[in-house]
Amino acid sequence: MRNLTAAFLATALLAGCAATPPPSLVAPELFAVIPNAAGKAGSITVQRGGQSHVIDTPYGAQRIDATGAVVAGKLEAAAVRDAFGSTLDALPGKPETFMLYFLEGRDELTVESRTELEKVFMELKRRPLPDIVVIGHTDTVGNLTFNDRLSLQRAERLREMLVGLGIAGDRIQAAGRGKRELLVPTEDNVAEARNRRVEINVR
Amino acid sequence: MRNVLIVSLFLAIPATALANDIGQVKVAKGGVQIERSGALLPARVGMAIQATDVVHTSADGSAGITFTDNSLISVGPNSVFAINKYSFDTTTHAGEFEGQLRKGKLAAVSGKMVKQSPESMKIRTPSAIMGVRGTEFVVQVDDKPAR
Repeated sequence: MRNLTAAFLATALLAGCAATPPPSLVAPELFAVIPNAAGKAGSITVQRGGQSHVIDTPYGAQRIDATGAVVAGKLEAAAVRDAFGSTLDALPGKPETFMLYFLEGRDELTVESRTELEKVFMELKRRPLPDIVVIGHTDTVGNLTFNDRLSLQRAERLREMLVGLGIAGDRIQAAGRGKRELLVPTEDNVAEARNRRVEINVR
Repeated sequence: MRNVLIVSLFLAIPATALANDIGQVKVAKGGVQIERSGALLPARVGMAIQATDVVHTSADGSAGITFTDNSLISVGPNSVFAINKYSFDTTTHAGEFEGQLRKGKLAAVSGKMVKQSPESMKIRTPSAIMGVRGTEFVVQVDDKPAR
């Protein structure tokens, strides 16, 4: 296994955090944030010995050395590729999402979405072993219980349609989110066509 | 690598626990095994993953797993990654993902539960706990140096 120690460019922060070394050596560890396709980085925290170290820059890293000390630094993209190449290659493809819309208060697709369903079906069929999660949503007309039920009904209706088109039922899960996740934010009790939708997530 | 692979059979897995499927193996290259209830099963693409499964890879092995909250995990060669806890509520997006990288390499992309509640995903290593606030990261645990 290629060791990352050589590639790790520690920003000399050691001086500030020189602690008494722990009695025994630990396995060196490395944590790093990878930017997404758009170049943006998320963030992680590394907690050790009651201290929390945040990493929130692309290729920002924290390393725990053999003495147990935590050292901040930054990695080169090439070094990450070198050390984690086969690991990163094994990451499954990013999930895809499709959206279909429903008639107000009902579990029936709009005319446009009925046509769209054909296209979605073709996309789903291209995946060798799709994990499909169908998530129903509503607009804000009606109370929480009503909308939770309606959203699940929409999801289950869509699941039936996909099964009808020939996708194996055991690959599809249905869930309802009610009015908890509006696509277009509105006040309560507002009819909004774009919120009456089902999200089809495929992994 | 010189390390002896110690398979821990002392995980707290209640015999009655009928864990639901929490994910699926999407990539399995080289030697990949899933430790479940004390047995080592060869991993195959399409295999369902359950909470408390442990992924073991050999020197030529790597595995990619998708989880129900859209988290993606890949385990590199010579690695042991345990799923200590996993729960995800598809309605509220509340959940808990606690993984443990005992050795080797891990790459991951966080999913919906972290979006809903930062740090609901944690990765333990022998020396630290990593809290995930979002997106992609890598973790490596080297061999312990000899004294």
